[in-house]
Amino acid sequence: MSVSQRPLSPHLQVYSWHLTMALSILHRMTGVFLSFGAVALVIVLVSMASGADAYSCIHDALTHPIGLLFLFAWTFALYFHMANGVRHLVWDAGLGLGKKVASSSGWYVLAFAVLATAASWLSMVMGVLV
Amino acid sequence: MSLRTPLSAAKGLGSAREGAHHWWMQRLTSLALLPLTLWLAISIVMFPEMDYASAVAWMQTPVAAIAMSLLVISLFYHVQLGLQVIIEDYVGGALKIASLIALNFTCIVMVFVGLYSIIKVSF
Repeated sequence: MSVSQRPLSPHLQVYSWHLTMALSILHRMTGVFLSFGAVALVIVLVSMASGADAYSCIHDALTHPIGLLFLFAWTFALYFHMANGVRHLVWDAGLGLGKKVASSSGWYVLAFAVLATAASWLSMVMGVLV
Repeated sequence: MSLRTPLSAAKGLGSAREGAHHWWMQRLTSLALLPLTLWLAISIVMFPEMDYASAVAWMQTPVAAIAMSLLVISLFYHVQLGLQVIIEDYVGGALKIASLIALNFTCIVMVFVGLYSIIKVSF
């Protein structure tokens, strides 16, 4: 294929970062990451069907510090992708598309993801300790 | 002058020949996943340290077995739709076809393996 000498249209690097574009790519990245979480869910289900030994093996892997790190990241990714998905559904209904409101809904989505992740893990840590 | 046949105009599906089906199914699966993933998250948060016996007992309740089955189906349908778009955006040529086939096969296998495991634990 011959290389075209025509000028290219400006790509991402010429624009300053805005919340809306950062959240847009984060939605994709969390989606890909959560796909691996979906496979992990099936692995847990398979281990339950395979007996106590297989289950405790998967249980040990997930409660290992690296496993916990993945679970924590999947929690945040899930709450973010969920809230931002609702934001997309509202956009699909033709609402909230203005510049200001699209930005503020982005901050709400981020706040929800952070708070829901913190609440879930605090409640789990307290539940295990008590 | 339009080069579209009257039949294609009447079907109104555009050049991709499937209309808004992909887009619509992505929305429908996301709507289904909203309560189902919340249910899973709340279940895990309420019982974080589940041993084997209590995990099996939980999965044997009708609500857990049915909700988990619905979750596995709609989740991998949503994964298939989402990753398909990403592959189409970033992968080209023969690798694109191979990736899409691998994605579809993997998602279908995951659904059947997940459902089989749920059913095996339930009975």
